[in-house]
Amino acid sequence: MSDKYIARSTAIAARMLGSEMMVMSAVDSTFFTLNEVATAIWQAADGRTPLSEIVTRSVCSEFEVEPEVACHDAELFVDELSRHGILLVSDRPFDNLSSGPVEAP
Amino acid sequence: MSQSHEIAVEIGGMPILLRTRDSSFFELLASRYAGFVSASSHPRFEFDVDLVPPSAEMESEEDAHVEMQDGEWRLRRGDFRAQWDPGAGRGRIRQSANPYSIDSVLRIVHTLILAREGGFLLHAASAIRNGRGFLFSGISGTGKTTISRLAPPEVTLLTDEVSYVRRGSDGYRACGTPFAGELARVGENCSAPIHTLFLLEKGPENKIEPADRAEAVRSLLRNILFFAEDAELVKMIFRSACEFVDCVPVQRLTFFPDERVWDMIR
Repeated sequence: MSDKYIARSTAIAARMLGSEMMVMSAVDSTFFTLNEVATAIWQAADGRTPLSEIVTRSVCSEFEVEPEVACHDAELFVDELSRHGILLVSDRPFDNLSSGPVEAP
Repeated sequence: MSQSHEIAVEIGGMPILLRTRDSSFFELLASRYAGFVSASSHPRFEFDVDLVPPSAEMESEEDAHVEMQDGEWRLRRGDFRAQWDPGAGRGRIRQSANPYSIDSVLRIVHTLILAREGGFLLHAASAIRNGRGFLFSGISGTGKTTISRLAPPEVTLLTDEVSYVRRGSDGYRACGTPFAGELARVGENCSAPIHTLFLLEKGPENKIEPADRAEAVRSLLRNILFFAEDAELVKMIFRSACEFVDCVPVQRLTFFPDERVWDMIR
């Protein structure tokens, strides 16, 4: 996995309900429900930690999943959310980032 | 110069004055909104309605577009154009003399007003029984009109199509609307605290099951009427759906379409 950095867009509304994260794009009203693994990646998307490190730290160590599978799934997940502008992706760390809002549960 | 006619249509306790120079259109409005005409001399918002002859320009199939431009909401659909300055409380509607266009403008304006107050319009039937408000939400075909038609006589129907949900200091209230579905019956102009939101499904037997909060929010967001292409309002709607689910019980209601379903709704 080539290093990429991911950050939550500010143009979203999000809220944790039970074990699921609900995320809605404020731009096109697309709505996503993230499972536990996707939620872990979402919460770790601080714009400064490489995706590979997020997968190792927040996915492989917390869930029973093979690293290759986790990396592949994480790439797909990031691609999909970035297409809707919900996650921002860069090949370098983000500067002056204000992370997307997450409502209190 | 022809005389101007005014009528205040009050839905959800929100009087909106409509002004027209066409006396027959005024009569059409008075008849269409008969149960919702307000005597309020201080409507919160007012609109001048300019009637135009039916034309190709005003009869296209274009979907509704709602956007904020220079402090004004611009509403546009194949059959109407409207602008509304929420700060000044004034607006103007351009349409042909038909009740459907003005009905749609009113729906859109109410969604914009409610969004800022934590409320919303919902694709749902609603009714009052024993002083409690019940919402029955679902897309077309899930049974909104059917369950309304099956209601026993002591039930007050608020709408079989579009429910009006207001947030107040004491919780959420369901208010009657003149927005009717297949039942073609205007709702009663009254309101009650919302006791339960039912997510409707037709099935072989009657049963009520709890809906988890994530499912409830998902379903609510699918059924909230919202037209504006405005990021801030989208966030507000999301927040409103979450807060509603925090406060109001949401259950899945599967029902066989006969009157016994109302035995479970009290």
